[in-house]
Amino acid sequence: MPTPVKVLVPTGALGAGCPEDAFQRGVSLGPDVLAVDAGSTDSGPYYLGAAVSKMTDAATKNDLRQLMLARDKLGVPLIVGSCGTSGTNAGVDWMARLCEEIAVEEGLTPTVALVYSELTAAGLAPYLAKGAITPLPPMGELTQARLDECDHIVGLLGYEPLAAAIAAGADIVLAGRTTDTAVIAAVPLMRGLPAGASWHAAKTSECGGLCTVQTRRGGVFMTIDETGFDIEPLAADNRCTPFTVSSHLLYENADPYRLTEPGVVLDAKGASYTALDDRVVRVTGSRAETRPYTMKLEGSGAAGYRTMIFTAVSDPKIMDRIGDWLSRLEAFLREGIGKVLKIEAADYQLDLRPYGWNALDPRRAPTDRPPIEVGLMVLATAATQARATEIAKFCNPYLLHFPLNPDDPLPSFAFPFSPAEVVLGPQYEFKLNHVVHLDDPCELAVTRTFIAGRGEFHAAA
Amino acid sequence: MRQLKDVARYVRSKNAGPFWVTVDVFCDDQASYDTLCAAPSLGAVAIAELYGVGSNHVRIFHDDNLKVIKISFPRPIAQGSTLDVDSHAGQQFVPLLSVAV
Repeated sequence: MPTPVKVLVPTGALGAGCPEDAFQRGVSLGPDVLAVDAGSTDSGPYYLGAAVSKMTDAATKNDLRQLMLARDKLGVPLIVGSCGTSGTNAGVDWMARLCEEIAVEEGLTPTVALVYSELTAAGLAPYLAKGAITPLPPMGELTQARLDECDHIVGLLGYEPLAAAIAAGADIVLAGRTTDTAVIAAVPLMRGLPAGASWHAAKTSECGGLCTVQTRRGGVFMTIDETGFDIEPLAADNRCTPFTVSSHLLYENADPYRLTEPGVVLDAKGASYTALDDRVVRVTGSRAETRPYTMKLEGSGAAGYRTMIFTAVSDPKIMDRIGDWLSRLEAFLREGIGKVLKIEAADYQLDLRPYGWNALDPRRAPTDRPPIEVGLMVLATAATQARATEIAKFCNPYLLHFPLNPDDPLPSFAFPFSPAEVVLGPQYEFKLNHVVHLDDPCELAVTRTFIAGRGEFHAAA
Repeated sequence: MRQLKDVARYVRSKNAGPFWVTVDVFCDDQASYDTLCAAPSLGAVAIAELYGVGSNHVRIFHDDNLKVIKISFPRPIAQGSTLDVDSHAGQQFVPLLSVAV
């Protein structure tokens, strides 16, 4: 019978921090593994498209140092998934450089496995050709052209390549894009614990302390065994309750009961949540169903460059007829962009967002309540930055002065900046929501090992 | 007729991956939960109309233990795309607050 496995999850995202007292309390409980996720698609397509991290070097290094020192003291594996926010090869190399710096500074020499999962359109072409890539709703069938539009593509690793790296002797695993849960479930699964309990524990703790009462007091500590798992906050003065633990499955999941992971579907519908005391919850009864092995693909590609102008309007006469004014302004700007700049409608996007007046309403429904003021964000998007800025510059005088009626005295609105145009740089869009069917879970993972602290690391990407 | 915000304790919305939005409606007591479960304004057709999406894609879950109604639907515009106004879909619960229940 496999022995229980204790997992310490310090935070929902490496770089978000874990209070030292809470972390050290978790360390004192003797975890068998330290597991943390370092990325997500949650912050939008830019980080994958541009292959840069959302988190700063300083914050990430602080958290990684805390974990590397604890790992050295405990002699247990440390797993970091989705390095560099989007898990590109550059993200893994960035994390490896921080790891190397810390090792030198602290005199540590851990064996580090880098598990890369960045893919290319060319590399995926054979899978597409043999029908091994299928869409997830609401996406349609994938085409090679769609793959070619991506600047970066990553595949979400399951637990298997992480477990393989640990089995081969890695002290630290720094992985490319990985499912948030695989990072946490890897060691329990490789030690033979049930899939239902392991995946459910991982799903519950993937956001760190979000399944606790005081969500900013650090992460959680879990013990996974043959029949379920116990979960408690790292901080002694924080609590898990059956409500905080069970309701976390709702968070950011379209389906709160059935959660798909590579090769498995977690079914948490029949799970029971019991308070063991006022801060520890035991969860039992979750099941896992084996499925053909699939790896989810994420891709992000350039969608032009953007320049923004922001103006503000509080003239009561315009506020009373803000809808009319906006319609006329937009029509006027579009006509001028065509006639004066000679830019075809198909070659740019102009997006007027009246913040304070239904900018966030999906239907842009009229209100019966005139706003006191409206911040009007105007976004010009085009194939080059120069063109986007040209469009924004054309709009500039009219966003300063555009009367409600043609014979009204000229109004002046409120620019907060000079220059009024703000260059936003490249704009990206998510292009993929598909899975690739694999014969071997490790088929598209590339693992490279080095000993940190000895100058052995050299970036691959 | 009461509005949803008068009956529910807490309502939130969030992206569920780049292509889906999910809204959670939390109730304090069984009576409120039963009221909301029975409200036609929280059915798939009404939700599709409210958010401008196809009703065959709207998914609604009733969690009797938590007294939560969960509503998920595909985003009309993928997260972070050029025309997206709410990247994390964090304010997309607001139109629901004033529906009649």
